[in-house]
Amino acid sequence: MIHIFIDLFHVLIATVWDVLPIVVILFGFQRLAFRTPMPNRKKVVSGFLLVLLGLAFFLEGLEAALFPLGKLMAQQLTDPVFIAGDEVGRALEWWDYQWVYLFAFAIGFATTIAEPSLLAVAIKANQVSAGSIGIWGLRIAVAIGVAIGIALGVFRIITGTPLYWYIITGYVFVVVQTMFAPRMIIALAYDSGGVTTSTVTVPLVAALGLGLASTVPGRNPLLDGFGLIAFASLFPIMSVLAYAQLSEWSTRRRK
Amino acid sequence: MISPKAILNSLLDSLRDLLPIILVIGFFQIAVLQQPIPNFGEIALGVVFVVIGLTLFVQGLNMGLFPIGETMAYSFASKGSLIWLLSFAFALGFGTTVAEPALIAVAKEAAKIAADGGMIEANEPSMASYAQGLRLTVAVSVGFAIVIGVLRIIKGWPIQNLIVVGYTGVVIMTFFAPREIIGIAYDSGGVTTSTITVPLVTALGVGLASSIKGRNPMVDGFGLIAFASLTPMIFVMAYGMVV
Repeated sequence: MIHIFIDLFHVLIATVWDVLPIVVILFGFQRLAFRTPMPNRKKVVSGFLLVLLGLAFFLEGLEAALFPLGKLMAQQLTDPVFIAGDEVGRALEWWDYQWVYLFAFAIGFATTIAEPSLLAVAIKANQVSAGSIGIWGLRIAVAIGVAIGIALGVFRIITGTPLYWYIITGYVFVVVQTMFAPRMIIALAYDSGGVTTSTVTVPLVAALGLGLASTVPGRNPLLDGFGLIAFASLFPIMSVLAYAQLSEWSTRRRK
Repeated sequence: MISPKAILNSLLDSLRDLLPIILVIGFFQIAVLQQPIPNFGEIALGVVFVVIGLTLFVQGLNMGLFPIGETMAYSFASKGSLIWLLSFAFALGFGTTVAEPALIAVAKEAAKIAADGGMIEANEPSMASYAQGLRLTVAVSVGFAIVIGVLRIIKGWPIQNLIVVGYTGVVIMTFFAPREIIGIAYDSGGVTTSTITVPLVTALGVGLASSIKGRNPMVDGFGLIAFASLTPMIFVMAYGMVV
């Protein structure tokens, strides 16, 4: 178990390296553009240190606990022997993969709820909207979008249909929804597409995509393993727009 | 200072954020795959780490990342120099993306695909330079995205017009880009926005929108991340067509 603490130290060093360019840019521009020291420097610096330390703990914890099991699970669930059950050797159809769809949906939802950058955006949106956008409401709306997106993305890999059909149809849908959505939610909805896929979601979802693309006959892991992230960034836009439309509609009805 | 009760509460919040993953993995391991949970002690320690990490992150967010993003936005707005603001926007987008570990991983993967598909020679140097070029392309595209996004906030352009233009760009490019690059291009939009970039960029946008007269932080302040996930798709497909 001691190795977890050693790994934690390594992750911390790596995180410091990732953050370094950002710190240089922030402090560099502060010096060059404003020629004044950063206001509240002590507080800001300790905030940065907390973020660094927090991310290191977070990433190492995921790496030690959840990722190995989750990745192994993605492999086992997509294994043809598991899917075919008692009738090993028969040709598999897309409906034989029920557990994979359920796993895709559940893991998409669960990892999104734990995603720190979504939490950050939700906290900010809650502050800016003076409470009218709930932190949990937004997170759940986004998580449902990711869950549907990943499940559909898995269906695409299993059936081997082209990625761009889904993405272009999705775009058309988003554009139509935008015309009817309340104006204040639009920018936030578009943002929530980008924030859903980072530290927690990407590794597990990538393992799922790779597992499927290498076991489903006729799929090339290099070509078909990609695309799940794209689903996970497109569908939350729809679900957040839908969430705003539904809540507007229900307030109007109550009046 | 922070009271012990507040710390306990925020630890509990983090535990609640994590609960769905624990339940999903537990359910599939025990009920579906019907296997025991291996290394229980190690997993428990990992979960404790994740909870501590998330708690510290949220504390640091409110102390460091949000205030600094907003302070910079106010300072730029009161200084009134567009050149400085736009060069900051570009530097922030480029600088936070070029070293992003997820992007480095995707670029490597993409080089493998390009070599497999015969688009480049299948040797170490040409793959490395392909991956390097792709990384720079994505980083430039994110820098460009933040610049456009900041301009939008200043001018008050409606976000949906720009997004529709961007989507149209993606659709048109899809028909011309090599088939092998499309999946990576679509995914690259998602991997560019890291956990540290998102709060900074969000605070910057909201700060700008609240310090410029006539802008609404809710309508105009968000949207920078949206651009940062859209432009890489277009730029990566263009890269696939040119290289």
